[in-house]
Amino acid sequence: MSGSLAAFADLLERLLFTQGRNAKLALLRDWFASQPDPDRGIGLAAITGDLGFATAKPAMIRALVAERTDPMLFDLSYDYVGDLAETVALLWPAPEHPEPPPGLADVVAALELAPRASVPAMLADWLDRLDVSGRLALVKLVTGGLRVGASGGLARMALAEWSGRPVEEVEEAWHACLPPYLPLFDWLEGRGPRPDAAGAPVFRPLMLAHPLEEADLAAIAPETHRAEWKWDGIRVQACAGPSGRRLWSRSGEDLSAAFPEIVAAMEFSGVVDGELLVLRDGVVAPFGDLQQRLNRKIVTPRMQKEFPAAVRLYDILFDGAEDLRPLPFDARRARLEGFLATHAPARFDLSPLVPFAEVEELAVRRATARAEAIEGLMLKRADSAYVAGRVKGLWWKWKRAPLSVDCVLMYAQRGHGKRSSYYSDYTFGLWRGEELVPVGKAYSGFTDVELVWLDRWVRAHTTARFGPVREVEKALVLEVVFDAAQPSSRHRSGLAMRFPRIARIRADKPAAEADRLEVLAAMVGKG
Amino acid sequence: MTSPHPDTWMRVTPKGLFCEPAGVYIDPSRAVDRAIISHGHSDHARPGHRAVLATAETLAIMRARMGADRAGGSQQAMALGAPLDINGVTIRLVPAGHVLGSAQVVLEWRGSRIVVSGDYKRAADPTCAGFEPVPCDVFVTEATFALPVFRHPPAAGEIQRLLASIRLFPERCHVIGVYALGKAQRLIALLRQAGWERPIYLHGALIALCELYESLGVPLGPLLPVPPLQKRGKAEAGLAGEIVLAPPSADSTPWSRRLADPVSCAASGWLRVRQRAKMRGIELPLVISDHADWDELLATASDVQAPEVWITHGREDALAYALGTRGIRARALHLVGRGEDEDEALPEAAPEPAPAA
Repeated sequence: MSGSLAAFADLLERLLFTQGRNAKLALLRDWFASQPDPDRGIGLAAITGDLGFATAKPAMIRALVAERTDPMLFDLSYDYVGDLAETVALLWPAPEHPEPPPGLADVVAALELAPRASVPAMLADWLDRLDVSGRLALVKLVTGGLRVGASGGLARMALAEWSGRPVEEVEEAWHACLPPYLPLFDWLEGRGPRPDAAGAPVFRPLMLAHPLEEADLAAIAPETHRAEWKWDGIRVQACAGPSGRRLWSRSGEDLSAAFPEIVAAMEFSGVVDGELLVLRDGVVAPFGDLQQRLNRKIVTPRMQKEFPAAVRLYDILFDGAEDLRPLPFDARRARLEGFLATHAPARFDLSPLVPFAEVEELAVRRATARAEAIEGLMLKRADSAYVAGRVKGLWWKWKRAPLSVDCVLMYAQRGHGKRSSYYSDYTFGLWRGEELVPVGKAYSGFTDVELVWLDRWVRAHTTARFGPVREVEKALVLEVVFDAAQPSSRHRSGLAMRFPRIARIRADKPAAEADRLEVLAAMVGKG
Repeated sequence: MTSPHPDTWMRVTPKGLFCEPAGVYIDPSRAVDRAIISHGHSDHARPGHRAVLATAETLAIMRARMGADRAGGSQQAMALGAPLDINGVTIRLVPAGHVLGSAQVVLEWRGSRIVVSGDYKRAADPTCAGFEPVPCDVFVTEATFALPVFRHPPAAGEIQRLLASIRLFPERCHVIGVYALGKAQRLIALLRQAGWERPIYLHGALIALCELYESLGVPLGPLLPVPPLQKRGKAEAGLAGEIVLAPPSADSTPWSRRLADPVSCAASGWLRVRQRAKMRGIELPLVISDHADWDELLATASDVQAPEVWITHGREDALAYALGTRGIRARALHLVGRGEDEDEALPEAAPEPAPAA
C-alpha cells in the first residue's frame, strides 16, 4: 500500500500537536475510516505501543546520518533541534529522484523478519524514499519513541465511536486480537463475528460505579443492597489460566511486569476483580506507598520488600472457563469465597462485606471510618449481574466527604484547547508565618460562569508575567476540596493534595483569613 | 586599473551598512540623513530618515505603517532595474521576492559591485516579483534559516494540509497566526490559488495592509472582518468551517472567544522543527516562509558567483562554514537590531512552569 506511511506520518503529526480529546478522537476515527487493512491496525498498534519490536538503537540511526552529512553541520543542527530523530529526519539528504515511498505494512513486516545486521541498509533505503514527516515517523517507529498522547483507552473509544458499538464490547474484542486486529475490524464493519478470547488471559472491561448523591440514598436498603469498603488503591483484574497470567489495570493496561510477586501468586484459573494495595501485616499502607510501585517498567527485589503488594478481592468474573458474570452479586460473592477457600493464593484476600441494618448506620460508618486506606463505601445491588461499564442504578460509590481548606490564589496559567484564551489553571497557597507557600494546583470544580469571572479577575489583578503564567495579587480566597493530604518532598510546602478542585470562590473572605499551612499538615493521614 | 575592494567603500557602522562615496545607508537601524530601504518590515524600514529611496510599493507600505510624516522627509521612488547615479555610485533595485516591493540594492563603484539583498526567498510568491540573481563581487545575505534542517516544503502542499484539516473539523474555525505584512497576503493568495473562494476573515490588525496590497494591484478576493462576539451564549460563537487570519498569539487572547472552538494554526519557517511548534501550542503548523531556506541560501550564493559573502543576521556560523567548504569567503557583519524582525521573529520563549505544583 504505497503512500500509507505518509498518511501514518500525517496522523502522528496531528496527534502530537492536538491537545483536545475530542479532536484526537476525530483524527483516529478518520484514520480507521480512511485506511486499508492491515495498515490501519498496524498504525493503531504503533500508536498504543502494542507493536512488539524495537530494532534500532539511536546510535545506529546516528551512524547512518553521519555517513551522509557534514559532521560540523550535523552538530550545529542537532544542537539547535535537540532531538536526534527529528534532526535526522530534517537533515537526511534525499536523492534527486527518489523511489516511491514504502508502505507502513511493508515496513513493519520487513522489520519483523529482518536479521539485525540488515536493518541499517533497509532503514537507509526507506529514509531515501520518504519526506520529512515520513522519515520522522519511521525513525520514531523503529526506535520505539512514538509519544503522541493517545492511549489504548482513547483508541478503543475512537473505535467504538467510529463503529457505533459499545466501548465495553470493543474493549473485550480488542484484547482478544493481536495487531493488525483484522478480526476486530471485520467485526466492527459487520463482516465477521465478535472476536472471542476463549481461555486467553485477556482483559475484561470492569464494572464501574456511579457517585452516590443524597437523593439516591432512598433507594438503598439492606434487603436489596450489599455494602463493602472502598479501598484506596487501584482497581485491578487478575487473569490466570493454562495459557498465561496477567494483571490488568481498570483501563486495560498490563501491570504484570511491575508486580511480579502478584503474578507469581496467581495459582488459580479464573478472573477476579479487586483492589491492588501495599499491605504490611494485613494493614493497608497509604496510597503514596503504592505510588512508589506504579509506573515502573522493572521492579527491584528491594522495592518488592519495602512496598509489598497484595490484591483485596471484590468480585469474580470467571471460575476456570465458566463465565460467572451473568450471575447476581450474591451468587458471585458465594463463588468468590469458595474460590478463595479452594485455591488460597498468597497475596490475595477477601474484602469483607460491611453488614448494616439500616442506611443511617452506613452513614455513620462512612463518616467515622478514618483509616487512611478507606476512601468510602461501595453499595451494590444484591441481584446485579457483572456488567461492563458504568450502568446507573446497580453499583454506587459513596466516598467520604472531601477535606477542605481556604487557600489564596497565587498564580494562574492559560489552559489548552477550548480554554486557551482563559486563565483556567490555578496555583494556590496557604499562610506560613507572613508568607504564602504554594500547596497545589487545580483546574476544575468551577462552573463556566465562574471561569469567566476568575479569568477576568486574574487579568485585572496581574502583578507579573512568566510566559503563559501570571502572578496575581494575593487577594482572592478559594475554597479548595481534596481527597487526601500527603507529605511531599517535591513541594516547597512539604505537602501535597490528592485531586484538589475549586469548590467555591470566596470573594467575601479577606486573604489574611485564609487557612494556615498547619491546618493542611494536620489533615495528613485523615484522608 | 584594478577595482577597489568592497571593504574600502562599504562599511559596517553602528547605524548599519554605509556606502561611503554615495553617502547613503542601506536599511539603517536608526534615523539617518539618506537611506535606501530594501523592504517594509520594521527591522529594515525605520522611521525618521531625512531622505528615503525605495520602490514605490515599499514607500507606500512605510507611509501606511508609520504615517506619511515619519516615513521619510523626502521620498524618492525608484523603478525596478532603473539605474540612479549618486556621486559616481550607480544604484539599481532588483526584485528580492520577499514581500511586495522588496528589492535587492545593487551598488557599483569604479568597477566593483556589491549586492545587498535585504531579505529574500527563491520560491514563487503570487504577491511579489521573483528574486533575480545579479553577479557581483560581494553578496550581502541574510541567514535567518541557515541550518540544513530548514528546508521549506512547497507552500501549495502546506495549503492542502490546511484544507484537509478544514474538511476533518468542519465544526471548528481555523485561526492562522501570521504577520501583518507579507505572510498574511501570501497565505490569502495561496488559498485563492488552491481554489478557496469563500471570504477569508481578518483580525482588525491585518485589514489595513491587505487593503493596501489590493490597491497596489495584488488581488486577494473577498475579505471580511471577524464579527464581534454574539452575546447570546456560546452556541452563537462563529465562523465554523471558515479561515481566520490573525496576528500570532491572538488566539490566546479574549478576542478568540468569538470563534467556534478554534484550531490554532500558524505559518512560519520555524515550525519545521516540530518541538518548537509543540511548545507554542500550535495544533496545525504550516511551514511557509518568506525567507530563503538552507538550499536557497547556498544556491543563491553560487548563482551570484560572488567570491565573498557578507552575512547580516541569522545563523551565521553554519552558513559561513558551508560557504567556506565551497571556496567562498564568508564574513559575519553582526548588524545591530536585525532579526528582531516582525515577519519571522524567533518564537516566544518556552512556557515557564508555574512556580509551584
